[in-house]
Amino acid sequence: MWSRRSFMAVPAAAAAWPVMAQFRVDISGVGATQFPIAVVAFDGEAGRTQQVSAIVRADLERSGQFRMVPTDGAVLNERANPVMTAWRSRGADALVAGSITRLADGRVDVRFKLWDAVRGQDLGGEAHAVADADLRLAAHRIADYIYEKLTGERGVFATRIAYVTQAAQRHTLWVADSDGEGAQVALASAEPIISPAWSPDGRELAYVSFETRKPVVYGQDVATGQRRPIASYKGSNSAPAWSPDGQQIAAVLTRDGLSQIYAMNRSGNNLRRLTTSAGIDTEPAFTPDGRSIYFVSDRGGSPQIYRMPAAGGSAERVTFSGSYNISPAISPDGRWMAYITRDGGAFRLQLMELASGTVTTLTATAHDESPSFAPNSRLIVYATRVNGRNVLMTTTLDGRIKATLLSNRGDVREPAWGPYGR
Amino acid sequence: MNLRSLVTLGGTVLLAGVLSACGSNVKLDETPPVESRTATPVGGAGQSQSQVSTVTAPSGSASSLDAASQLARVVYFDFDSYVLKDEFRPTVSGYARLLTSDPQRRLMIEGHTDERGGSEYNLALGQKRAEAVRRALELLGVRENQLEAVSYGKERPAAAGSNEEAWAKNRRAELILR
Repeated sequence: MWSRRSFMAVPAAAAAWPVMAQFRVDISGVGATQFPIAVVAFDGEAGRTQQVSAIVRADLERSGQFRMVPTDGAVLNERANPVMTAWRSRGADALVAGSITRLADGRVDVRFKLWDAVRGQDLGGEAHAVADADLRLAAHRIADYIYEKLTGERGVFATRIAYVTQAAQRHTLWVADSDGEGAQVALASAEPIISPAWSPDGRELAYVSFETRKPVVYGQDVATGQRRPIASYKGSNSAPAWSPDGQQIAAVLTRDGLSQIYAMNRSGNNLRRLTTSAGIDTEPAFTPDGRSIYFVSDRGGSPQIYRMPAAGGSAERVTFSGSYNISPAISPDGRWMAYITRDGGAFRLQLMELASGTVTTLTATAHDESPSFAPNSRLIVYATRVNGRNVLMTTTLDGRIKATLLSNRGDVREPAWGPYGR
Repeated sequence: MNLRSLVTLGGTVLLAGVLSACGSNVKLDETPPVESRTATPVGGAGQSQSQVSTVTAPSGSASSLDAASQLARVVYFDFDSYVLKDEFRPTVSGYARLLTSDPQRRLMIEGHTDERGGSEYNLALGQKRAEAVRRALELLGVRENQLEAVSYGKERPAAAGSNEEAWAKNRRAELILR
């Protein structure tokens, strides 16, 4: 399944570009309830490259829905029979313990168990045999298991985000864990990179690169680095969007004059024009059932968001508040649309419930851009400006819990939240 | 909602099975493997599901400046405007004469916007500026195959700053002879 071809790829350490983008994560706001949970240091994790229990704790805390209970140096693993009354008296409603062992083939066996300390019940656990390089991933999967067992919602800690940083004349497309850690360079360029878009299977990124001194849409296999131009027509090529089955791509081309939306298959063949307005049509976004495309058009005089059938055809306007609405993102469960509205001079993230058309404002910042939903449809990542610096932020759909991802690698923009199933 | 009722909810919701991401997950109530036997989807001890390979983009060819040309290279636009101003018509006419007299020459027209607004919509607005210059040149007799209009949107500002002075210098089309 995974190709060993790497003729385009460079080992990260040998590249002249920076390898790690470090994020500082600041949380504001808390959930309506915070579950007190104790996560004991995993047996065998001391001295390893990643502290699995620390990653699990940080993931759960970052959600704003959990409060960590100190473990006071307790020594436990997943095979223990912990004394629940002792943990309850420490204030914990749930307990996690585990172990890490080296396997004969060089991989690492990570095991854990989750207990309900209130009912004294075993909530199960798992064993993950992973390569050393996937230790962070194993920790995120453990956090996802705990999150889902205790909240009933699917977690997204094991997912990835793509984003672009710019420092001086260097533009870099990164792929990182959803907490911003473990960042690796997918593309390093002297020219701008915008609009990264994950394929539905999470294996590829489409993006717009200006490396040939004009915007061209590329598709790149994230693991191998192998890439191909998808749209490289005369004029500008931009705004790639994948259909939910991963077989089609919608993009914006100017080959026939001004910016219009076209569909093509994932290799760039079978080009079909979808819009035929006299204005600008851009920023296509498929609905999760693949039957419609939301997009931006200024055919009415100013940019508004419209919806049309995925094969093109008559479009219906969807935004009616304000004179400038752009950057639609549709939640994977199909219920919500996040977008950016210009209000006075401020550009601000909005959330529309599609069934009712009700709109709420999610932020108080003034330079919001590029919203993207997490695959559980419960979080949105977006770019914004705080204290003069371009940063990434995540927010819950009610706007209550926000996390700021502040990079020390320069301005951060253009986030795209990857799908499940890495 | 307390933990008790949530666990009940969780149990009901997850009756069908535990979340199982791709990977070699084994539930703990199964017989633990004595040795590794479950292959990870990528196979082998060295392959990782976290691997990202780096591509370094080759730098585009530098634009060739015509040493003999004394023509200005930049045309500026008013806010929210995509109309070629009269003061730049002499510049455009100069390029038209150069290009019509030498059909081998090509001209790349790059449209730009100031920093306000979203990247993709600004890419389209920058395109309108490049198109305005391209149309003016075609009307003066330059052949379509000598011209290409592209946009950088707000991605390559000429002047830094969040004020009208900087914004005015960024609302432009650049003319690059090849």
